[in-house]
Amino acid sequence: MTFPLPLNDVLFATAKILFAVLGVGLSIAGFLGWVERKQSAVMQDRIGANRADIFGITILGLFHPIADAIKLLTKEDFVPKMARKPLHGLAPIISLGAGMFCLAALPYGGVVDFAGRAWDLTPIALPMGVPLVLAALAFGVHGIVMAGYASGSNYGLLGALRGAAQMIAYEVCLASALAGLLFIYGTLDFSEAVLWQVRHGVWGIFVQPLAFIIFLTAGTAVTKRIPFDLPEGESEIVGYHVEYSGMKFGMFMMTDFFESIVICGVITALFLGGWSIPGLDLPSMGLLGGVLMVGSFVAKIMLMLFLLMQVRWTLPRFRFDQVLDLGWKNLLPLALINFLVTVWVVYLWP
Amino acid sequence: MAITVRTVKRPERTFATEIYLVEIVKGLGLTFRHLFVNLYRHSKRALGLKGLPGSVTVQYPDDPAVLGKRARTRHRLLKRDDGAPRCTACLLCETICPAKCIRITAENAPDVQVEKRAKTFDIDLGMCIFCGYCVEACPVDAIHMDANEVEISAYSRKDMIWNMPELLGDVPKKPSQPG
Ligand code: SF4
Ligand code: SF4
Repeated sequence: MTFPLPLNDVLFATAKILFAVLGVGLSIAGFLGWVERKQSAVMQDRIGANRADIFGITILGLFHPIADAIKLLTKEDFVPKMARKPLHGLAPIISLGAGMFCLAALPYGGVVDFAGRAWDLTPIALPMGVPLVLAALAFGVHGIVMAGYASGSNYGLLGALRGAAQMIAYEVCLASALAGLLFIYGTLDFSEAVLWQVRHGVWGIFVQPLAFIIFLTAGTAVTKRIPFDLPEGESEIVGYHVEYSGMKFGMFMMTDFFESIVICGVITALFLGGWSIPGLDLPSMGLLGGVLMVGSFVAKIMLMLFLLMQVRWTLPRFRFDQVLDLGWKNLLPLALINFLVTVWVVYLWP
Repeated sequence: MAITVRTVKRPERTFATEIYLVEIVKGLGLTFRHLFVNLYRHSKRALGLKGLPGSVTVQYPDDPAVLGKRARTRHRLLKRDDGAPRCTACLLCETICPAKCIRITAENAPDVQVEKRAKTFDIDLGMCIFCGYCVEACPVDAIHMDANEVEISAYSRKDMIWNMPELLGDVPKKPSQPG
């Protein structure tokens, strides 16, 4: 890489990152707020939120996320007396920032030729993309512990400790579940991993089905969604963000949605063939190929989110010892065995 | 009565239930079935076709409330065949009322068979807990809780008190004004 970078490269990179964080992240996160309400409602024979309207138009309650945002923005931003002020403000920023970075590191598309040059559609393309995303996800736990500690509330602190214990347990599973797959791909780069799947014409989920299940479970746990929502426990067990209100609380909610999108994005990239569409040679199709790449990647993410949402409304919450048992005693050994077997099979393969 | 014992069979914990995955898939099957069946019904209705509703929700303030046949709602005083109120001002309901929200003053009735009747009969619905004791206590079946009316809220505590003509249905309850 030479400096100074050409201006249009800088512009393109900025546009890509903005697209990832604002276009994909914020809009899907807002949309998820609606999906969450409506999907649960329809599945439970209810109607769901349908009252927010603009001039009497409700469009199936699609305005509710907007109403949510306005409400959170205009609410009092209350900081308790015992709170450690700077940390209290910093915690949601760290959480959200980690989520945003992960969003920008996902491979939304491959390299396409258009207008006489090659465009790489991955916003932050790095040779170490996979471990970096996992690390950034794990970095989110700092925000949670900081939030609990800085609130000056014992309930918040307990929630943060639950969160830390759970996230550490499942980060380990997350990484070890991917180990075997990355060993087969022979790369730590998302784009390379997608290309491997395109070249071999097979998706990662068929190469490593067990790793897929482990990763999905651990991913749900890391994003703190039901059945693993013990760090927050919206209504019954008080969570780490109990002392947060207004948009700071909103940022924690956004982080949850962002992390869900990231987990689904990683699953899409490594297990579901990334941006590829079977039967189409997208990289050679120029602009249309690029659009299709991004479209298919986002569509796959949405499908995974739909599945996770359904799981969220189907399963009851685990007990905390069950959560840790599942992580340390079941998923981690399974993931390691999966890795060892994979290594031996690859080694002994003619 | 002899004591009977029923042995409840414990659910079996097989390998399939232990690893939980099969059960998750079963549960997802159930919720997905509901999701898609309801989506199908919703879209059918949205297209103007007939069919079962996709949800059991009653949109209450827009649609009328659905009350059960035996719903216990606002009180109603009943009349005899000759049109006089049945109440004989025995004060049993006032005595049994746990919320102490019934106020009755008695007077002599013109009918010697009845001896007494209520001059005023006020129920403070703001204090009533809708226990139905008054209905059960009444020896002459003069008070019922079957007016099938649940929208009794008012802007002031005073407006929550219903007097005798209102309870008899002779005059409609004045609508409550804010302020
Ligand atoms: S329903 Fe119960 S509380 Fe209400 S007036 Fe009758 S006895 Fe009193
Ligand atoms: S118990 Fe019946 S008769 Fe006696 S005062 Fe009450 S309503 Fe009247």
